[in-house]
Amino acid sequence: MATTLGFDSPTDPILERRRRIQSVAAASLGRRKVYSKIAVGVCWVFLAIAIVPLVGVVVYVVVKGLPAWTTDFFSHPTTPEGIPGGGVWNAIVGTAEIGFIATAVTVPLGLLCGLFLAESDGRTAAAVRFTADVMTGVPSITIGIFGYIAIVRNFGYSGLAGAFSIGIIMLPVIIRAGETAIRGVPRSLNEAALALGARRATIARRVVVPAAMPGIITGVLLAVARGLGETAPLLLTIFGNQYMQWNPTKPMPALPLVIYNNSSQPYADLLQTAWGAALLLMVIVLVLSVGSRVLAAVLQRERR
Amino acid sequence: MIDPTTPLDEGVSLNTAQVLLDPPAGDPVMRLNDVTVAFAGRKAVRGVTFDVHEGEITALIGPSGSGKTTLLRALNRMHDTVRTASVTGSIMLGDVDVNTTDATLLRSRVGMVFQRPNPFPTMSIYENAVAGLKFNGVRKKALLDEAAESALIAAALWDSVRDRLKAHASTLSGGEQQRLCIARALAVEPEVLLMDEPTSALDPIATKRIEELVGELKHRVTIIIVTHNMQQAMRVSDRCAFLLMGEDKAGELIEFGPTARLFSEPTDPRTLDYVNGRFG
Repeated sequence: MATTLGFDSPTDPILERRRRIQSVAAASLGRRKVYSKIAVGVCWVFLAIAIVPLVGVVVYVVVKGLPAWTTDFFSHPTTPEGIPGGGVWNAIVGTAEIGFIATAVTVPLGLLCGLFLAESDGRTAAAVRFTADVMTGVPSITIGIFGYIAIVRNFGYSGLAGAFSIGIIMLPVIIRAGETAIRGVPRSLNEAALALGARRATIARRVVVPAAMPGIITGVLLAVARGLGETAPLLLTIFGNQYMQWNPTKPMPALPLVIYNNSSQPYADLLQTAWGAALLLMVIVLVLSVGSRVLAAVLQRERR
Repeated sequence: MIDPTTPLDEGVSLNTAQVLLDPPAGDPVMRLNDVTVAFAGRKAVRGVTFDVHEGEITALIGPSGSGKTTLLRALNRMHDTVRTASVTGSIMLGDVDVNTTDATLLRSRVGMVFQRPNPFPTMSIYENAVAGLKFNGVRKKALLDEAAESALIAAALWDSVRDRLKAHASTLSGGEQQRLCIARALAVEPEVLLMDEPTSALDPIATKRIEELVGELKHRVTIIIVTHNMQQAMRVSDRCAFLLMGEDKAGELIEFGPTARLFSEPTDPRTLDYVNGRFG
């Protein structure tokens, strides 16, 4: 048997090399550990640098905005400077209505478009995908100007014009999120349904889309959060309104607009309202983001 | 092949067939004692005890879910990267406790080859071959070249790549990529080489070449190989550990012994059923 041959021979080149390599490895271990510690330390420093402004913004907004949160703040419409008891109830209603309308229109549109992109690899799909990607990167003020030219110049300022602009912001996000979620469904499920004699539409409706639901919901809620926080598209489309306005065909207020308008005013009570609105908007976006993840996780767990 | 030095008189209590089938045992290079691996408190492998002998090929066999790969990965501390994983019991490499020694030094002594060929895609063939040496602080060009050539020769790759060492590893076929991964592991001159189903992603011809290679490598390194393929275990290994999923889904060692004996006359009826293909 030659199995152990060479293991005891002192001149074996492999043993000799093993000895050399292991001595280098052991000798350099200290240095390598130091380098590793330094590298990890650098990562922590940069992480801290990245997190400090984030935490700073959140803490600052909470500290500045929380005093504005009174019952009146949530239940009364805006008042002019110097008149106490004003709130942002009208802006909350405006943001909710605009957000709801934009979501109601873009979700079906965006998801069907995402389904098409996920199912098709043709030229049309590539063009649509490219357009959606470009649209994600278009500056939001450009979309505001588009809303102004397309809607406001023809029909005047209105909540609907704002919903239109916000919808254009949300649409590409929903399309791409939908496509990604649907593409994430294993191809084998598709094939299993095909092999049972299902049509493509049936497969999409009964198998693929339900399986992609956690991802779709996350994507939609993130898109809504993104849309609600946009200021520029609203600036040129909804005009703002000091009074309560339930009718979306009329000029409306919205939270981002209240922040924008009031923060440039020299009056303390208006600035206070702006901080309060900023905090409220931040909380809404946070709840939507965290909520979408929790919901997705719950849906995912139910599958098992 | 019968080793004439095997003292037959020591086997009086055993039957002659067993004595003839048992390979002479080298020194134990790794000793596993009551090794248990758990993920988030749930045991995946429980209480495994056996010795790995120097210069031999030890195969871990058993059906899916029996914890073969989990056990293998405990031997070079790959479970360190999984936060919920815990390994208890003792694993000794020579007189070094695997679970308390420095993990990087340990892994330079216990190499690993994975299921799918995974050469580093941005590195050339040569850079792949010497990657482990460089990770371990080896800088001397002469030593790098010598180790790379020796490892590539040992992996039966040298003749086909010696003229294109600067080419990207992705230009190689799947089987060649896996042999490059073997060379990469060998270049560090480990004492033990862990192979996790190294042929499961390869075609039959590439598989055959890797199997032949494994047999040739045992003069150089002690090999522990996980395989779901019983014929492969029979062809390449000297000793076999048969694992099976217990009632609480934790893998247990059912039987350990010389391959020929384990396949011809196992002591446990479950081993007999498995090697005869009655389940798994």
